Amino acid sequence: MTRRQTTILALIVLTVLLSMVSMAAGRVWTPFSAWTDHSDPRWAIIFELRLPRTILAIGVGAALGMAGAAMQGYTRNPLADPGALGVSSMAALGAVLTLYLGAGAAEPWVIAAAAMAGALIAVMLLLALSGQASSIVTFILAGVILQTMAGAGVALALSLAPNPWAVNEIINWLMGSLADRSIGEVQMALPLIAAGCIMLMFIGRGLDALTLGETGARSLGVNMTATRWILAIGVALTAGASVAVTGVIGFVGLIVPHLLRPLVGARPGGLLIPSAIGGAVLVLAADIAVRLTPAASEVKLGVAMAVLGGPFFFALLLSLRRRIA
Amino acid sequence: MSTLSAHDIQVRLGGKPVVAGVEASFQSGTVTAILGPNGAGKSTLLACLAGLRKPGAGRVRLDEVDVLSMHARARARRIGFIPQTAEVAWAVEARILVGLGRTPFIGSSGLSLEDAAAIDRAMDAAGVTELADRDVTTLSGGERGRVLIARALAGDPEWLLADEPLTGLDPGHQLDAGELFRAMAHEQGRGVIVTLHDLSLAARIADRIIVMAAGKVLADGPPSEALSPDVMARAYGVRARVIEGDGGPLIEIVGRGG
Repeated sequence: MTRRQTTILALIVLTVLLSMVSMAAGRVWTPFSAWTDHSDPRWAIIFELRLPRTILAIGVGAALGMAGAAMQGYTRNPLADPGALGVSSMAALGAVLTLYLGAGAAEPWVIAAAAMAGALIAVMLLLALSGQASSIVTFILAGVILQTMAGAGVALALSLAPNPWAVNEIINWLMGSLADRSIGEVQMALPLIAAGCIMLMFIGRGLDALTLGETGARSLGVNMTATRWILAIGVALTAGASVAVTGVIGFVGLIVPHLLRPLVGARPGGLLIPSAIGGAVLVLAADIAVRLTPAASEVKLGVAMAVLGGPFFFALLLSLRRRIA
Repeated sequence: MSTLSAHDIQVRLGGKPVVAGVEASFQSGTVTAILGPNGAGKSTLLACLAGLRKPGAGRVRLDEVDVLSMHARARARRIGFIPQTAEVAWAVEARILVGLGRTPFIGSSGLSLEDAAAIDRAMDAAGVTELADRDVTTLSGGERGRVLIARALAGDPEWLLADEPLTGLDPGHQLDAGELFRAMAHEQGRGVIVTLHDLSLAARIADRIIVMAAGKVLADGPPSEALSPDVMARAYGVRARVIEGDGGPLIEIVGRGG
């Protein structure tokens, strides 16, 4: 077995173990005996609260992990991530704006469509702003601009919010969480995430060839226009659908590919699937940790990831100082 | 036998003509070196010949088929290209990098035994077999250059177009790579077109030399004709002397001025 296969197997085992813990852990600990006993009140907790939450953690983690790995592969920039570069924020802005479209627009699919549209605009702007040179600095700056624009849009939405309920709803999108999600949200998000992941897997070979730069990839017969579009739509589907159901959970796509790259041989196409599984592991673990944190009300997952991811981002930037200078 | 031909190629960059009407035809089985001062349009012409850049006017044909109309994958199987910037974005192993040369052939099932054999042959030919497990980003510039040559060879292309492939190689490895290009052309019947800066090296490895200046072809012919003192003066603005050396003509730059 190659190192990559061993890594994938280990990540799958971790996902299974953490899923079981995720079903059992929380304010109410559920023993395995409650899993099969319908009359046990804890049965409802497991299957109506924790099952959707666990499935969503796996789906959103996989979506963000793979989106990050694909963006990094395309831009040849280890700092690319839907959260860090404003794609998730733009998706959140899209979701927030549906609050102003009237009551009829509160349908879940409208919110998801708006979030994906926001994400798509963000990826396209990012690719356009960073240009073909793909220097790390221009890329980060493009991300900063997007974050600022999305932040301003959300702040405007907040200040114009028609009622306290809307304020609350907006804040929920800004601080991602997996708490109290229903099976209906799972059913809406998972097909979109799966479609996005499949699209991203199609450009694996193109991402590999991009290791040689854009000219190198084109000389190997890679269609750069198609690759760029598939990347943009794939990231919009994965990151947009994730944000629509959980709000902004940043840094997953930054941390996971970076940690796995040395274990799977750095080939960007080969990093996609491990990053998806690794993303599921990270989000599951973080969500369990959030539930077990002793606090009056549950710490939001998005906040916890930012606390973890911020310093990581900074450390990564420091380690890249020489390349950037 | 295959022919790659450029008809009246013109490229403007930022309003300035970079390639101004180049007419040239290349036969497989020969090594051609394109020389010229910085900014003469060598790299731009090479990218046009490889079908990677659309000229503002003119056509590049490979056996009477316009290279831009070819399917990208089909073109990539016939024309191998080594870009000037030896960019390697990720810390991959040399063998993985060489394997990227198989991209135009890979189906959904990944590398076949045939692909693996082609990679082994290419690494052997470029003399980088012992670097197979090394992280490419830790290699020296010259070692990396040789790995990138192997990458292009792995695609087993009919044509190899390389933009300054010998820059950064030590004299021994420059000679090896030059011999490799000659063997590819003379023994395997491929077409090789390289841009170079080292005049004596070009005279030694090329069958035909094209000297460019200001986007135009200044001289085109066998090394003894194309590298005349007069051409050197007009192309580079230098006084040059051609000395008959043991390995071929040596071009000595005497000084500035023509």
